Amino acid sequence: MNFIQTFLHGEEGVFKPDSMTPMQKMTLRFVVVGLVYYAFAVIEGMIMRLYEVQPIPSIPSEQFFAIMTAHPLVGIFGSTYSIVFGAFLFLVPFLMKKPLWSITLGNWTLVLIGVGTFVFWFSGFITHYAPLYTLYWPLPADFTQFSVIGGTFFITGIALVMLGTIFFVINIYKTLTYTPDGWAQQPSKEILKSALGITAFSNLFRKKKTEQLVSLPVAAVAQGTVDVAFNAAIILFTGVLILVYMVAALLGFDLKSSAIDALLYKNWFWWGLDLVADGLVLIFVAGTWYLLATLITGKKLYMENVARIALLVELVVSWTVWSHHLLSDQAQPGILKVVSGEMVTAFELITQGLAFFITLYTLWSARPLKMTNPLKFLLGGLLGFALAVPAGIMQADIGLNRILHNTQWVIGPHVHVAILVGLTMTLYSAIYFLFPILTNGAKLYSQKLANFHFWAQLLGGVGMGAFMGMAGLHGMLRRSLYIHGEFNTYMVLAAISGSLLLLGFLAFFFNIVMSVGFNGVIGIFSPSKLKTKDLLP
Amino acid sequence: MVDSTVVLWGQTLAYTFYCLAILALMGWFGYKITRRGRQGVIKNTLFYSFVTFLIVLGVSLHIITYNTIPWAPIDLNRSEIRADKVFDIVAEKHQFILPAEKLVIKCHEKALFKVTSNDLTYGFGLFRQDNSMVFQMQVVPGHMNDILWQFDKPGIYTIRSTEYSGPAGVNMLVKDAVIVTGEETSQNN
Repeated sequence: MNFIQTFLHGEEGVFKPDSMTPMQKMTLRFVVVGLVYYAFAVIEGMIMRLYEVQPIPSIPSEQFFAIMTAHPLVGIFGSTYSIVFGAFLFLVPFLMKKPLWSITLGNWTLVLIGVGTFVFWFSGFITHYAPLYTLYWPLPADFTQFSVIGGTFFITGIALVMLGTIFFVINIYKTLTYTPDGWAQQPSKEILKSALGITAFSNLFRKKKTEQLVSLPVAAVAQGTVDVAFNAAIILFTGVLILVYMVAALLGFDLKSSAIDALLYKNWFWWGLDLVADGLVLIFVAGTWYLLATLITGKKLYMENVARIALLVELVVSWTVWSHHLLSDQAQPGILKVVSGEMVTAFELITQGLAFFITLYTLWSARPLKMTNPLKFLLGGLLGFALAVPAGIMQADIGLNRILHNTQWVIGPHVHVAILVGLTMTLYSAIYFLFPILTNGAKLYSQKLANFHFWAQLLGGVGMGAFMGMAGLHGMLRRSLYIHGEFNTYMVLAAISGSLLLLGFLAFFFNIVMSVGFNGVIGIFSPSKLKTKDLLP
Repeated sequence: MVDSTVVLWGQTLAYTFYCLAILALMGWFGYKITRRGRQGVIKNTLFYSFVTFLIVLGVSLHIITYNTIPWAPIDLNRSEIRADKVFDIVAEKHQFILPAEKLVIKCHEKALFKVTSNDLTYGFGLFRQDNSMVFQMQVVPGHMNDILWQFDKPGIYTIRSTEYSGPAGVNMLVKDAVIVTGEETSQNN
C-alpha cells in the first residue's frame, strides 16, 4: 500500500470500523477525544514554555494567564478523564465478565466531558477568564479583573464535565452490582465489600480468608471512583458558589466577597482537589500498574492482599492529606500542618512505594520478558512516580515548604514529572496494550515511531521537570512572569525538553492515525452496525 | 543561622543523588528483565524491610528538618518568641503598603512581618539580589499572616508577591525594600 492508501485505510487495511461493537467504538471515542485534548494541553504548555523564555508580543499577559488557567483543566478533565474513563468503562465489564450497565450513559459521559471542556476552554480563550485552577477566594469573583460572562461560561463548562463525571461514577457502580438479564442474582453487597477493600482488610484478621469477588484492578477502579465522586461534588458546589456571585453581578448586585472565609474556602478547595491529585490518580495508576503487570507476565500479582489494603489506605490518606498545600498559610492551625500536611502525606511514600515494589517484583518473576511497547511505557510510568513522589514529600515539609512553595520546583519535578512521565506513560502503556484488542487486531504502522515516542516522552518529561526544578531552587516562582530573562538558561532548556514532548506526541498521533487510517478514525464515530452489548465481536 | 541557600544546596545534592540512583536502577531493571536469570522466590522479609524503610524515611525526614532547619521550630512556636522588630504591612489592589520606605533590620535581630490583605489572596516573599528566595508565606484576606525571621547576614532584599492574584499582580514587588545591616558572625554561618 502506498502512503495515501495507508493514510486513508490504515496499515495494510486491517482496521475495519464496521466490525466493531458499540462498546469498542465508545471506548475508542473516549481515547480519540482524550488525545485531541492532550494535543491542546501540549500546545498550550509549549506556548507557555516559550513565553517564559521571552513574552510573545501577540499574546498579552491576560491571555497567557488564561492559557495557564485552562491548561491543567484541559489536561486533567479533557484528556486524562476521557482516556481513563473510556478505558475503565471497558475494563470493568471486561474483567467482571459482564456487560456495561449502560452504553448510552457511557456515551453521554463522553459528550458532556468533550463539550464541557470545549466550553470552558473557549470561554477562557475569548474572554481571558483566568483565576487559575486554584480559584483562591475571592479571585474567581473579582470582576474588576475578569469578565462575568466569561466566568459564567467557564464555570458552566466545568459543571458539564462534572455531570459527565457523575454519570461515569453511576455507570461503574451499577456495572459492579447489577444483575444482567438472564443471570443469577449477583451478591451486590459482597461485591461492594470486595471492591472497596473491606474484604481484604477483614481477611487480615481471619484464619479462613473470604474469597474476593472482584479482581484487584477492578477494586482499584472502584476505590478511585469514590474519590472521583467526592471531587465532583466539591467542584460542583464550588462552581455553584461562584455562579451565585456571577449571576448577582449580571443582575447588578455586588455581593460582599468577604462573606466567605478565604482560608476555610482554601481548606475546602484543597480537600476536594487532593481527592484527584493524591487520591484517584494514585489509586487508578496503582491499579493500572497491577493490571498491566499481570497481563504482561500472565502471572499472579505478588502480595495481592497487601496491595488491596494499600489501595484502601491510599483512599483514606487522600481524605486527610490536604493540609500540605497550606503549609505556608500562617493562619492554618499548626496541628493540621504537622499531622495532615507532613505525617499523613508521608504515607503516600509508603503506598506508592509498595505499588512500585509489587509491580516490579511481579514483572521480575516472569523474566525473560520481551521489551514490548506496553512494558517499556509501564517502566517509564513507574520511573515517573519514583521521581515525582519523593519530590512531593520533600516540599510537604514545614521547613522546606518555606522556600519551595509556589516555586517552579513544585510544578516541575513534582507535578509535571508525575503527570507527563508517571501518569501519561502509564496511560500510553495501557493504550498500546489495548490497541489490538479494541481495534480487532489493527497493526501498528511503525515501531520506530513508537520507540521515538517512548524516548521523547521520557527524556522530554524528565528533562522539563528537572530544568523547571533547578529554576525553582534558584527562586523562580510558578504562576508568574519574568520579563528580564532572569532564569533564561533553565527556561530555554525546559522549552527544548518541552518540544521533545510535543514531537513525541505528534509521532504517536501520526502512528495511530496511520495504523487505523483516516477513514477508520471517522468510522469510530459512526454508530455501530452490531446490535450487541458484548464487549468484543 | 543556616540560611535557605545552604538548605537548598543540601536538598539539591540529596535529590540529585536519589534521581541518579533510581534512573540507574530502572535502567538496570529494564536490561535485566529481558534476560534469562534465576527466578528464585523473593523473601517476604525483603518486602517488609522495604516497607519499614519507607516508614522510617517518611517520618525521619520531618524530624531531621525540624532539628536542622532553624526556621521550622521558630515558625511553629513564633507566638511564644519575642520579636525585636515588628513590621505591619498591608496588601491591597496589587500593591504592598509598607510602614516605611525601607525596612531596616540589624543582623541577628528577629523581625516579625505582619501582613494583612484588604482584598485578594497574595503571597509575601523576600528575595536576594540574585532572585533566590529567602522565605515566603501566603497572605490570606481576613486573617493575620505573620512570619518571624532572624537575619544573620547583611543584605538587601526585594519583597515580591509569591501568589497569583490575577494578571495585575505580576509586577507586585518592592525592589530593595528590606535592608539588613551589621556584620555576620562566624558561629552563625
